[in-house]
Amino acid sequence: MAIEDDVLVIGGGLAGATAALAAADQGGRVRLVSAKQSTLRHASGLIDVLGYTPSGEGPLSDPFAAIPDLPRGHPYERVGPDAVHEALDFFDAIAGDAYAGAGTESNALVMTFGGTVKPTARYPTATAAGLASDDRDALLVGFETLPDFDAPLSAAHLESAGVPFAVRGVTVRFPGLARDDAKLTRYAHLLDRDERVSAAGGSGAREALAATVEPHVAGASRVGFPAVLGDERADEVRADLADRLGAEVFEVPMGPPSLPGVRLEELLYDALSDAGVRVTTGVPVVDYEPDAEGAGRIDRVVVDRNGTDVPHRADQYVLATGGLVGKGVRSDRERVFEPIFDCHVPHPADRYDWFVDDAFGDQPYAKFGLPVDRDLRPLDATGDPEFANLRAAGAIVGGYDFAAEKSGAGVSLATGSVAGRGAGAEVNDR
Amino acid sequence: MSDAERPTEGGTGDDFEPIQVFPEAEEMDLRPGADNCYKCSTCDTNCPVAEVDDEFPGPKFQGPEQWRLKRQDDHDVDDSVMKCSNCMRCDSACPSDVPLSQMHNTARGEYVDERMDTFSREYVRNRILANYRRLAPLGSMFPRTTNFVMGLSATQWLGEKLLGITSEREFPSFATETFREWWDKRGGAAASRKRAQEARERRGGDATSKLRAEDPRARRDQDSSASRGGTSDRTEPKRIAYFHGCYSNYNTPEVAKSLVRVYEHFGYEIVVPDQHCSGTPMFANGMIDDARRSAETNVRELAAALEDGADIVASCSSCSMSLRQEYPELFDLAGIEDVAANTWDAVEYLRVHEDLEAELEGSTVEDDLSFAYHAPCHARNQGLDGQTIELLSRIDGVEAHDVGDSCSGISGTYGWKAENYDTSMKIGAEMFEHMADANADTGLTECPTCSMQMEHGTGYEITHTLEVLDAALVGTETEGRTQ
Repeated sequence: MAIEDDVLVIGGGLAGATAALAAADQGGRVRLVSAKQSTLRHASGLIDVLGYTPSGEGPLSDPFAAIPDLPRGHPYERVGPDAVHEALDFFDAIAGDAYAGAGTESNALVMTFGGTVKPTARYPTATAAGLASDDRDALLVGFETLPDFDAPLSAAHLESAGVPFAVRGVTVRFPGLARDDAKLTRYAHLLDRDERVSAAGGSGAREALAATVEPHVAGASRVGFPAVLGDERADEVRADLADRLGAEVFEVPMGPPSLPGVRLEELLYDALSDAGVRVTTGVPVVDYEPDAEGAGRIDRVVVDRNGTDVPHRADQYVLATGGLVGKGVRSDRERVFEPIFDCHVPHPADRYDWFVDDAFGDQPYAKFGLPVDRDLRPLDATGDPEFANLRAAGAIVGGYDFAAEKSGAGVSLATGSVAGRGAGAEVNDR
Repeated sequence: MSDAERPTEGGTGDDFEPIQVFPEAEEMDLRPGADNCYKCSTCDTNCPVAEVDDEFPGPKFQGPEQWRLKRQDDHDVDDSVMKCSNCMRCDSACPSDVPLSQMHNTARGEYVDERMDTFSREYVRNRILANYRRLAPLGSMFPRTTNFVMGLSATQWLGEKLLGITSEREFPSFATETFREWWDKRGGAAASRKRAQEARERRGGDATSKLRAEDPRARRDQDSSASRGGTSDRTEPKRIAYFHGCYSNYNTPEVAKSLVRVYEHFGYEIVVPDQHCSGTPMFANGMIDDARRSAETNVRELAAALEDGADIVASCSSCSMSLRQEYPELFDLAGIEDVAANTWDAVEYLRVHEDLEAELEGSTVEDDLSFAYHAPCHARNQGLDGQTIELLSRIDGVEAHDVGDSCSGISGTYGWKAENYDTSMKIGAEMFEHMADANADTGLTECPTCSMQMEHGTGYEITHTLEVLDAALVGTETEGRTQ
């Protein structure tokens, strides 16, 4: 006896969650299994579609204009431009007020914590006042205890990049934090709960922070903080600070671990729960068994629960375990491989051909992943589907370099919704 | 030399010979775990203690960073390791498979061995809390007297003043009859064998075949699954060894009795091996030697039960966690891997070996009930956090609301210590709020100390998932339930 569902999605990131939601839309019983907690905590929370072409042109103001020219095998080429549009609509409906940019075709330019400017299609509402195309003067506030965001340096970077506004940076001490390496969640918790901070005369954390920053505002009409402004009550924290500072308040997206990523994770997992998707996290899928009757189908997968093998069976499977970073694709000294189903991963036989010496060059390994057909079924070395009931989504799909193109979230959304919809529809046709 | 430089002209791989750089490890080698950490700090964002307590440096420090610091012998284990509550959430947060809780357990054990004065109040208090299993039989001998004495405010005041056990909490009361007493009186394994046999005959006839004919999922499964304890053969004896743990023996025997009834309903005969504490409170207090002694008993007895064809099930999520994960991580005992690989959460086992979901479909309980469900961290770490809600939604008239993924904050003995009480309640605040919002009849969880915290923070009465399954599947007819 196995634990039974109609569709089993393996992987809990943006692609997996999207696939599960799209499959559940078709009415079947869907389960998502994630080896660990979702890696969305590593994500900036920005929804990029395409910022640069594979040959490096950009930043693109209209990502959709560039999609028809993408090379054969690119995930967007596989699913087609309409699917990318539909996936964004799908995301907009889930995200609601939490994200800005809904309904637009063009990229926005968002300030990053390094003081660069990044093209992105959708961005958290918390970041909305931080667009680099906005001409209002800005103050960036960093904290002594959060060295990842050096506000004066970021401001200088932005100015030299020629942004159409004046920007200053200041570094202050976050009031009421005793230790220098307090965790991200500690900042958010203090502000969420507006805890009394003894170091600042017993006032609430929000009031104390506003009082610390207020002398530096000096006419700036928007103030940017590193993305630590609350978790559960982030909107309330931002509004409260804006009120006290007399300026709009925005968050600058940060590197991992990232609160905007955590909030996106919460948004998606709440949607999964509302859609009746069953979620099992913290336990990896380690193996599979083929259907006894052959026909190239997966019968069941094996989930390793702290050493015990637990069988899970579904009619359709979606593989969304990530790329080389997410460990959906792995490598050793001999080969590059996909560890659960051993799907074909094309790569040069000589491992010295997997990379080029220029670290920021056109790295072959960045495009390693599964080749797929237009239905997103992984293909074997001869170009036939590996399994009739397996689809792939997200970074495990090969043929693109998400870091260079700034296309990670868009590909996850587009392939996730196509794979999930396809899997769900096939269950209904059965 | 870097991998990126071609070592020799020509071949790759063929002439590669690994050499031993480091001496053979004499004790547990945590280097691979430490090397796997790429400092993403995801674990830190999951630590419930670091979120509310400025003085706790978080799991990344307690694990891989502290391990490195100690290599040179000029650093002792930092005393902040005692602030770790051992919720183990960092384990399932780490995207790089760093064995964080194993590192914490090891560091805590070393701290207690090397840095803690065995005559100190803290040591004595921790030893008492960790060894609840040794004291419980005494309390249980005269349960009413003990409950009365422990409930006195004078006792609580003394507990706080003398031992640093918070007076804010009420001690859990001892049952007037332990589970094992009930089990022996009921006829032990022999009686269970008989009941299981009867259930199999009953089920072999009408009920199950009808059920299976109606359910396409079960039909699909019929010919393919014949693993041990599988559903294919209805008359073969099926056996489980029950690890009840301390709490359901001394304090909540109704949970253990429910397990017995539910398993017998499915035709399982139950054996209840001799057992000691699972070790969870000992790990959390760095009492590794005490834990090893308990593990020796448990592994010996449970391995023998495995030999006799039983699988092991536990009703407490921390007990199953301990047997499955901490035992093989921390101890090297004969049979320990086998015990770990064949230990199951009691509900999960039925989920996999029986069609529990189909069986629950359309079942009812006497009165409609709504539950506010909290998934214990140790269940979450076993991938069991969604299970209860999934199953209970099959029962007519039962509604269960998940109150979110926050930690309850008590973490076993942690929240009982006077110095941790405030932190414990701050961690629990989110769960308390969500429980209040759920506006349910009863609280629900699988962890004994989470249930204490849930009751303490909200006033809800708390029950265990097995008790709900018992009510739905077995109902009230079969056995006198006055115990």
